Parts: sequence; C-alpha cells; structure tokens
Amino acid sequence: MIPEIGHFALIIGLAIAIIQAVFPMMGVRLNQPQWMALARPVAGAQFLFLGISFACLIYAFLSSDFSVKLVANHSHTQMPTIYKVSSVWGNHEGSLLLWTFILSGWGVAVSIFSRSIPPVMLARVMSVMGMVAIGFLLFLIMTSNPFERLPFPPVEGRTLNPLLQDFGLAVHPPMLYMGYVGFSVAFSFAIAAMLGGKLDAAWARWARPWTNIAWIFLTGGITLGSWWAYYELGWGGWWFWDPVENASLLPWLAGTALVHSLAVTEKRAAFKSWTVLLAILAFSLSLLGTFLVRSGVLTSVHSFAADPERGLFILVFLLIVIGGSLTLYAAKASKLESTGRFELVSREVGLLVNNITLAILTLTVLLGTLYPLIIDALGVGKISVGPPYFNNISLPLGTVLFLMMGVGLFLRWKKDSPERLFKKLLLPANIALIIAIFGPMFFEKAFSWRVSLGLLLASWIALTALMWFAAQGRSLWQKPLSAWGAMFGHVGMAVVITGITLTSMYSTEKDVRLDANSGYEVAGYSFKFTKIEKDLKGKNFSAIRATIEISQKGKPFITLYPEKRNYGPGTMPMTEAGIDGGLFRDLFIALGEPLGKGAWSFRIYHKPFVRWIWLGGILIAFGGLLAAFDGRYRRTRKVFLKEKARRKGTMA
Amino acid sequence: MKARQKRLIFVLLGIVAVMGASFLINKAMQGNFYKLYTPKAVLVGEVPIGQVVRIGGLVKKGSLKRSDTKLEARFIVLDRNKNEVTIVTNKILPDLFKEGKSQVARGILKEDGIFYAEEVLAKHDANYMPAEVKDILKKEHTPITKVKEGAK
Repeated sequence: MIPEIGHFALIIGLAIAIIQAVFPMMGVRLNQPQWMALARPVAGAQFLFLGISFACLIYAFLSSDFSVKLVANHSHTQMPTIYKVSSVWGNHEGSLLLWTFILSGWGVAVSIFSRSIPPVMLARVMSVMGMVAIGFLLFLIMTSNPFERLPFPPVEGRTLNPLLQDFGLAVHPPMLYMGYVGFSVAFSFAIAAMLGGKLDAAWARWARPWTNIAWIFLTGGITLGSWWAYYELGWGGWWFWDPVENASLLPWLAGTALVHSLAVTEKRAAFKSWTVLLAILAFSLSLLGTFLVRSGVLTSVHSFAADPERGLFILVFLLIVIGGSLTLYAAKASKLESTGRFELVSREVGLLVNNITLAILTLTVLLGTLYPLIIDALGVGKISVGPPYFNNISLPLGTVLFLMMGVGLFLRWKKDSPERLFKKLLLPANIALIIAIFGPMFFEKAFSWRVSLGLLLASWIALTALMWFAAQGRSLWQKPLSAWGAMFGHVGMAVVITGITLTSMYSTEKDVRLDANSGYEVAGYSFKFTKIEKDLKGKNFSAIRATIEISQKGKPFITLYPEKRNYGPGTMPMTEAGIDGGLFRDLFIALGEPLGKGAWSFRIYHKPFVRWIWLGGILIAFGGLLAAFDGRYRRTRKVFLKEKARRKGTMA
Repeated sequence: MKARQKRLIFVLLGIVAVMGASFLINKAMQGNFYKLYTPKAVLVGEVPIGQVVRIGGLVKKGSLKRSDTKLEARFIVLDRNKNEVTIVTNKILPDLFKEGKSQVARGILKEDGIFYAEEVLAKHDANYMPAEVKDILKKEHTPITKVKEGAK
C-alpha cells in the first residue's frame, strides 16, 4: 500500500509541476496577478507531494519490502540502517527521485526567500523550474518508476553494491545533486530575465546567492567524491580523469566562471549576455553530467543500468533544454547590451580573462570526455583518453588562471593604472618567487620545475588573497562577509594547488610482493608483513585481514590492517585500505591478492600533502558559504520587509 | 582609448585565446588516446609496436601464472575465436580479475609479440562484461589460426 501511495504522490507531483509551469507564466502574459501568485503555494505543494513520495520509498527500504523491485535489487535485511537509507539513492530510479525532490526543495526555497523579487519575475522563475520538474517527473514515471512491484517477492534482497556501503557515499550523491540541481535556479533566473527582456543588475543580485549555494554543494560533493575514491576504491588516487569525475567537474568549472561573471553583472552591469550564456551552460552541463553518469553510456561504479530507452529520453530532454534556451538566447541576446564601460586595465578585464580561461578549460575537458563516445558512435573504433591529455591542458590553462587570480583581486573596477598595480603586486610576487626557488629544498628529492611552479602559484594566490583581505579597511570583524568569502575561496585554492603539486610529484607508489614476515621500505618507513587472518566476520561481510607493522628508523611507529572484504555471493570483493593519515603525509597500504606460498601482493604508498587537496576543497566551499550570506543580500530583503510594513501601516 | 580600438583589442584577445586553445588541444591529443584492440588485431599486425594501446578480451582459463619471486603475472587473453595474446604485468590485478572473465589491459606491445601492461582493468556490470569488450568481441567473425608470424 505504501509504495502505491508513493507512486500516486509522484503522479500528483507531475500534475502540480504542469500547473506550476503553465499558470504563473500565463498569468504574466494575461496580466492575471492571481495566476502569478499561484507560483508560491504550488511550489510548496510540489515539495510536499514529492516529499511524500520520497518518504514512501525510504520507508520501503527501511522496512525491507522486497515486493518493491528496487528494494529487492538494492537492499538486504542485514544491512546497517544508514546504508538502507542511502541505498535509496544508490541506484538509478531512487537517485532520480532524489534529484526531483531536491529540485522541488530549491523551488520552495526560492519562493520563500525571494519576497523582494517582483511578482512577475518570480512567476517566470517558478514556471521555468516547473518545466524542468516536468521533464524529470515524466522521465521517472515513464521509464524509471521506483515503486515498481515484483509479482513474486524474493525472501532476501540482492544487497547494495558494497562499494557504496560507506558513509562518504551516503552523503556524496545528495551533495552533488544539491549542486547540480541548484544551478537550475540560476538557469531559471536567466531564462526568466530573458523572457522579461529586462536584464539589469537586479537579476544578477537575486541569482547570485543561489548560485553560490549551489556551487558550494557541488564543491563539497566533488571533494567528498575524491576523498571516497582515495580510501574506498583501494587505488589510492584522488582524481583519475574518469568520465564520471569529469561529468561533475564540468558544471563546477562553468559554475566557477558563473559565480565570478555574476559579480561583474551585478556590480558593473557588464558581461550581461555572457553571464546568461554561462548560466545556461552550467545547468546544461549538470544535465549532461546526469546523462553521462546515469544512462549507462559509460561503464563505471556510477552507471547502474544500460537502458537505451532512458539514455534516449535524457538525450532528447537535454536537446530541448539546450536547444530551447539557446534559441531564446539568440532571439534576445541583441537586447542584452551591457551598459557598464571599462578600460583595458580593470577588474572587469581580469574577470574576463578568468572567464575565458575557465570556458576554454571546460570545453577542452568536455572534448576529452565526449571524444571516445563520438568516435564510438561514428563506428571508427574504441579509444580512451588518457590522463596525460587532461594534465597537458590543465597545466598551462591553470597557470594563466592562477596568475590572474592574484592580479584580479587588486584590480579596480572600471579603470586602473598599471603602475599602481605593479607597486601593489611587487611584494607578493617576490615572496612567491623566493618560496618557489627555496621551497623545494625542504623536500629531499630531485629538483623539478613543476614543484617550483606549483609552489609559486599557490603562494602567489595565498599571499595576494591575504594582503588584499588585510587592506579591506575596517577591523577584522567589520569586514564584509563577501571579503571573507573571497579570501577563503582563494586561499583554499592555494591549499588545493599545494596538495596537488606535492602529492603528484613526491608520492612514492609501489606494487610489491611480500612473503610472510618480510618487509619493504618506502620513504624512510619500513613496512613489515607479519600476519594474515582469514574469515573474520563483520556485520554483513567476511574479511581477510593483513597485519602490517610499520617502523621508522628501527622504532615501531604504527600497525595498519588492510582488508579484503566479501559481501556474499554475487557481489564484488572490496578492498579496505589501511591508512595512517596526517597533515603532511599519508601512509596507504592496500591488500592485493594471494600469490601462493603465503606471499601476498600489496600496494604501498607514501603520499605527502595529499590531505591538503580535500582540506582546500572544504576551505573553498566555506568561502562560498560566507559570500552567500553577505549583508547586502539580506539588506535588500530587510529594506523590502520594512517597506512592506510601512505600506501596511499606511493602509491601516 | 577609443571604443573602436578597444573592441579591436578584445577581438584580438579572443583570437589569441581560440588559437591557444586549439594548439593546446592538438598537442595534448598526441599520443594520449589509447585505442582498444582485440587479440586478433595483434596477430594480424594491426597493433603498432611500442605505442600505448589497450587490449580487450577474455582471460583464458588456466592461463594465469605468477612468478615465484616477483609480483609479475602473465596470462593469455582470448577473443571469441580463440586468438591468443600473452599479457605480462608487474601491477596488482584488480579485485574483479578472473580467469574466464573479461579484462582490458593498457600497455605496450613489444617486438616479441608479448603485451606489457601498465594497468589491467576489469570494470564491468553484473554480467561480467564491459560494453566495450562485448562490442569488439561481437565484431570478430573469422578465426585466425597460425598467423602468429604476422605479429611482427
């Protein structure tokens, strides 16, 4: 009964989405304020019904109702409760329901916190969000019903892919989806503004905090995914340029460009048409990411089912969204004349370079990601694009981008003098150069220009950000939150660059064979394989566990226990690495396979500064959070509420 | 600066950006695309020697042999028509690697006709067959026997 309620609520959700898409927009056209006012309650209703539907699915998983096909295929009575819940989105249908539910959540949030927006604009925004929801709800109901029943329910479920039975993975998809779907808000604002033909600084101001929040979630989701891949996949890498990873990086790159170009549009009324284009691009890339990951065109841990019908539906939906919005853009772009004038040396141009570099980076990563699919579709052959392709493009583009990051902060809007700029930048440039030249000496390794370059860029960004922040007048606590945000965002990026540089250049990675009681030395640590235990029992798995005693300069240092887990017949074996984490280095050891005569294979890694990559990701996201809560967004709301109160007062 | 001059500068910047991007892409593409081949392609000499490529196919049952002293493993990869290629690797084989199941190895074919793999992948769905490998194996129709000389 409960699953049927869920299914029914989903259908009601679709009906409501249609109302949300049609009536407010018609209301604007026919000048019917009541129809426009419908947007707000309807958004609430949609959230309610999709919430009911989602709750029903969670209930089905919690109660292990194996008559529901989805539960039978992805759950198991012995699974810990948290993974029963997370398996709701550990599959295609459930994750799409989560996508749509989050979309309705964003809709409600916009309708609640955007009271200062004129009703006409809000009506249009909500209509566009309704249209997106229609697409996804149709997709769910027509091709991927999560509530499908089985005529003969099995006694036990087929359990969740053990790779996904992990806390990181319980949180990673919802975070990422919050980001993906969040870009639909910026997208809807852009479309609504184009429909209204009024693309002034106001729309950018309304869209900015929403875009920031979406971008924070995406940053967090990607960071979490990278961390998870590191400790759970058992390969010890933090980024593989895998197509599914690129699928999340692409909207992030476009979103980063968007966050910055919105600033120009808001403050200087420039880059108007470019910002609109970026908003369309960021959301389209989010849809493309969903398509790539969920349609099964790529083989990976993320693709659940290779169902051509579904792939086709998303592809058509993608074409409608991109085609439709670009057509609208083509029709309206001529009207989007930017009024803000600026000179060649100005912050506008600094941000322009930032945007162009990010756009080129986005397009080249997109090319590398889609190229194998295109070649395959043409029937020319099957290729895969190696990480060197992506590294070769991101190194020079990143260098341009990161150098500009330091300059950009100090640039003045509209017009700046090169002499003034030069004077300001001389000090951080010199310190960064000194760090770049002498920094590598702290590591007892061969000199590499890449390390110098990485340290140069990282210290350049961090120094300029801190100096700029210090110069923002006022005492520490009176600085605007947006300044705090920019500082954290930039310093976070510097931390990421430091981590990437040092871990890429100075890591030691060895695949070795160890006989019982034999050892191997890596980076001054000696790893001794002392014991192997078989058939250890976990809650829903059995494990083989090795004992590795690590010593440094003859003194015992720590003992790690890498495991190989088996989650029952029909599932993949899992590698659970033994990791000793630290701020300056990680020791990573993963158990390989038995090689006979008591010998086993191991992966032994020494990874300096690897944690800085995720630490930086957290700092960046935190910076975005601070910026989103800057006073001026609240001020517009406060002013609005005050006016409203005054109006009420005069009426009484 | 006049508006026209400024526009000119921006257009030039745009052209430089586009040219720079095409140059980068062109350069990055060289040698970084790994084509997927079948064992048959190795035997008829289609696979360039000394270049990084990938070989996909099924691992022959009973062919996996390990060294007694090193990590080294060697195994034979088959296509549907039993064309065989020997693969040698010094890396850990993935959890999903099994005899009789499919794999994709990335590495270099050397003069001796043996494929030296830097990485062995066994990514696949529940049916133990990545779509890629299924596709290329399907295309194989004609068995090739005793053309091993052609490997050079």
